[in-house]
Amino acid sequence: MTTDRTELALIAVAIAVAAAALFSPNWLVFTLTLALSTGMVVMGVVMLMRAGLVSFGQGLFYCLGGYAVGLGGRFLGITDALALIGLGVVTTVVVAMILGLLVTRYREIFFAMLSLAFSMILYGLLVKSHGLGSTDGFGVVDWTLFGMSSESNGSLMALMLAIALALAIALFLNRYFKSSVGLACEAIRENEVRVEYMGISRQQTLYINYVIAAAVGSVGGSMTALAAGHVDPTMAYWTISGEFVFIAILGGTGHVAAPFIAALIFTLVRTYAIELAPNAWQMILGIVLLLIILFLPKGIWSLFTRKKRAAS
Amino acid sequence: MLTVWAILIDGFIYASWLFLVAAGLTVIYGVMRILNMAHGSLYALGAYAAASALGWYYAGGGDQLWMAFAILAVSAITIGAVAGLAIERGLLRLMYGRDEILMLIITFAVLLILEDVMKLVWGTTPYFAYQPYAAMGRISIDVLTVSRYDLMVLAVSVVIGVGLWFWLERTRIGKILRSIIHDREVSTAMGVNVGRMFTITFMIGATLGAIAGGLTAPIISVVPGIGIEVIVLAFAVVVTGGLGSITGAAVGAIIVGLARATSIHTMPELELFIIYAVMAAVLVFRPYGLFGRAVARKI
Amino acid sequence: MKPSNRLQKTLLSTATSLALASVGMVGLAATAHAQDSFKVGFVTFLSGGASGPFGVPASQGAKVVVDAINSGSLPAPYDSKGVNGLNLEMVEVDEAGGPTKQVEEYRNLVERQKVNAVIGYISSGDCLAVGPVAEEMKTFTIAFDCGTSRMFEELKNPRYVFRTGLDAVADNVGAARYLADTRPDAVRIAGIQQNYAWGQDSWQDFTLAMEQLMPDAEIVNNQMPQIFQGSYSTEISALQTRRPEIVHSSMWGGDMESFVAQANARGLLAQATALLTTGESGLHRFDGQAPNGTIVGGRGPFGGFMPENDLSQWFNKAYEEKYGTPPSYPAAKAAQAILALKYAADNAGAEGVPSADQLAAALKGASFESVSGTVRMSLAGGHQALQPMLYGEYHFADGKGELRNVKSYPGDCVSAPDGYNAQQWIREGFPGSSCD
Repeated sequence: MTTDRTELALIAVAIAVAAAALFSPNWLVFTLTLALSTGMVVMGVVMLMRAGLVSFGQGLFYCLGGYAVGLGGRFLGITDALALIGLGVVTTVVVAMILGLLVTRYREIFFAMLSLAFSMILYGLLVKSHGLGSTDGFGVVDWTLFGMSSESNGSLMALMLAIALALAIALFLNRYFKSSVGLACEAIRENEVRVEYMGISRQQTLYINYVIAAAVGSVGGSMTALAAGHVDPTMAYWTISGEFVFIAILGGTGHVAAPFIAALIFTLVRTYAIELAPNAWQMILGIVLLLIILFLPKGIWSLFTRKKRAAS
Repeated sequence: MLTVWAILIDGFIYASWLFLVAAGLTVIYGVMRILNMAHGSLYALGAYAAASALGWYYAGGGDQLWMAFAILAVSAITIGAVAGLAIERGLLRLMYGRDEILMLIITFAVLLILEDVMKLVWGTTPYFAYQPYAAMGRISIDVLTVSRYDLMVLAVSVVIGVGLWFWLERTRIGKILRSIIHDREVSTAMGVNVGRMFTITFMIGATLGAIAGGLTAPIISVVPGIGIEVIVLAFAVVVTGGLGSITGAAVGAIIVGLARATSIHTMPELELFIIYAVMAAVLVFRPYGLFGRAVARKI
Repeated sequence: MKPSNRLQKTLLSTATSLALASVGMVGLAATAHAQDSFKVGFVTFLSGGASGPFGVPASQGAKVVVDAINSGSLPAPYDSKGVNGLNLEMVEVDEAGGPTKQVEEYRNLVERQKVNAVIGYISSGDCLAVGPVAEEMKTFTIAFDCGTSRMFEELKNPRYVFRTGLDAVADNVGAARYLADTRPDAVRIAGIQQNYAWGQDSWQDFTLAMEQLMPDAEIVNNQMPQIFQGSYSTEISALQTRRPEIVHSSMWGGDMESFVAQANARGLLAQATALLTTGESGLHRFDGQAPNGTIVGGRGPFGGFMPENDLSQWFNKAYEEKYGTPPSYPAAKAAQAILALKYAADNAGAEGVPSADQLAAALKGASFESVSGTVRMSLAGGHQALQPMLYGEYHFADGKGELRNVKSYPGDCVSAPDGYNAQQWIREGFPGSSCD
């Protein structure tokens, strides 16, 4: 029963956001698109967190998704947005299937540092690629969606696409978290040896979880590239991955909607902090984060759950 | 042959610097299980304090090298100890017992705050305290030259490494700390004041970071953001060597230092990856780093 | 649970009121934007390693000129008050955070803060990313510093985007020409660049130009340290073992100063002469740490390379009075971009606030007076400045740094004509260039 209610709520919120977007100023549309894209990547980080793993290298898949869009448009002549995103997912899944064999054997800080290392190696490779503009990156060519070109009303189209993808991913993950693999992940976080005793392969479970998280991250990267119209190697730099972990903690792992809300709050706090205090926005960001950790240890989402509990 | 000598000299000089930066990080992690992202800010604080104190000394007409080093040491140690005390007492104390990753994020927030605080205090203009580095001169080997200052940093690094080892292995506090590392709860039950030990450890770790920054200040120009650049380097060294191990940090620093020097002298293009490649390679064969011990899995 | 519940409520209400307040601010920003002022967004590095040497001097240079514009105290031809009679209001934004974030901030500037024009961008990646967005949003935009030669290769037929400075090709072609003129016998050439697009592009353009201008010279080594690395001990050894006569470097800011101080202390600069394409920013900071005879450039006629004219004399004086040091080249380049804006606004022929189209039409292909002399917007279809490139030697005398043996190369001599890919132009031996 509760599953149905969550799903209905997600769909309702998505429709409401889409409707509100039609009347929103352009900058909000763009900020919302970026927040949703970031939210998708954070979703992947949260998936790993539910299994007790913290990735400081999710930027790797974010970057792969972005570059797949950029390169696919530029060198393969693909303009359809969905095909470009698909290309990113396929590439990412291949890479994640290879890396996953290694990294899922690691835990805690070693997992974090190993994923960081691979992300930084991709960063280094892209910086070395003079033909791809090195650190300057390059522009994404105009894209189409169901035959409509992005030239006329690209930002709104990008937002609608982001809403649809975010909804699809949220619905899928909502089910996934309640599936046997999803639940096994949480069990692994609590005690992986006992999970083995129950006849579940932790290696296999973590591997599946890792690959799906990577694919979700790639979609977020592709959406960012489509919306911003530019890709560059910073996407794989460790500070970007750190930002994803930051947002994941901000939101908490309680609900599939939490990463999206956290991403939106993070983006808004940052853009207003930059506007109000161009010289001290990092400090504002740091203080906000500390306050949330101090007073909402389970993330922003706990505001909603506790209220519900109090009401019932 | 010249190149081989150069690789060895450069490798060990870089390793000594890496060890200085990483030592504080590994001490704090070993005892407190906090991976301190703000370590980079402490490094930057030490660098800023030393650079501005030296600038003030030389602007006032001072030219004594030993005085300069005294000023450098005092300013870096003071700011490291004060900042360490403030961070531990004012913030971390409220957070003990939280998840290891959450602690890491908390120190990340501290890093963000300190970055802007430093900008407000010191501005964005680069600080440049080159005098001690220039005054100490150089040794020539054929066309190759070695800065005496770099050699001094190497010596300081060895002294600090040996000192840390002695402190942990041969003194009473060291024994208490090792008991905390081994089992925090039992130590508390035996009457160890863990809270005080944490304060001492964090202050020492923070001071080591500030000393690393202070000693680096005369070599580089001190600008905003230098702290962020060293964190990942320090992390990589510490993870390669094995978290929480002083010996590990030293060996990790030497491996990374030599690998980097080899790449710069023979294939400069690879320099960007070399540290991460070394770390990934070590972790593939030794999942807990070279000197790290496997943690017993809970059942 | 009780106290924390109360806390939660307080937090929730605080969050709500914050959200309301911010919405209110958006509304305020929109209404406060009256028609008697012209609002310009100024984007530059206010945090990170590029803020000290570039971002902050640029912001200071811009402020000096904006204040003078509003009080009407600029020398002719800019002695009228305001821009087209309007008060010039400047909003600053931090450039840190990478291209994606800059695209977001650009949109915020235009749509939330309702600026009439945007000036900014030091990083080439940001210029490349923001260019198409500016065209899409039809907003008058001037890039004042970024140096990538790809800017107008990627952004074909620009309408609203301008660049009032030279690209990095000019820096490196100029550097090679200066070497050919002053050190024709140098044979062993080495380099050290920051490992990112700027360093890679610079080294590529420099080596291509050297093949043309000094075919007998041999490239013996090039080091690629990471940006903001700070300590170059190993790289200096690697350079020393190759025994170079010239060391070319496109490093900038603190990295460049650190390298020079270390290489000097290690004796490398006694063995070889350094050629620093952005060395001018250290002119008043080296304090004798760079040996006499070090070759420095200032990315055009800026900073210490500014020609003597009313505007540059005024700028030098006003800047030094306010900030205590002479302006370096980023400050002068920012000043030039603001002057370009004033020129465009004054000559747009508009009543009140000129539109982006009017501004663009006024600046396109124009010649305007600036701190660097007369600037001709004659490249990229009238959207990019063509200016001479200057190099000189650093000398430290009587406690002050100065430039000697300065040589100036006309714009046509160091920049590719329209329609040419810059690298292709160098490879073909600089067709169409006139250097006298």
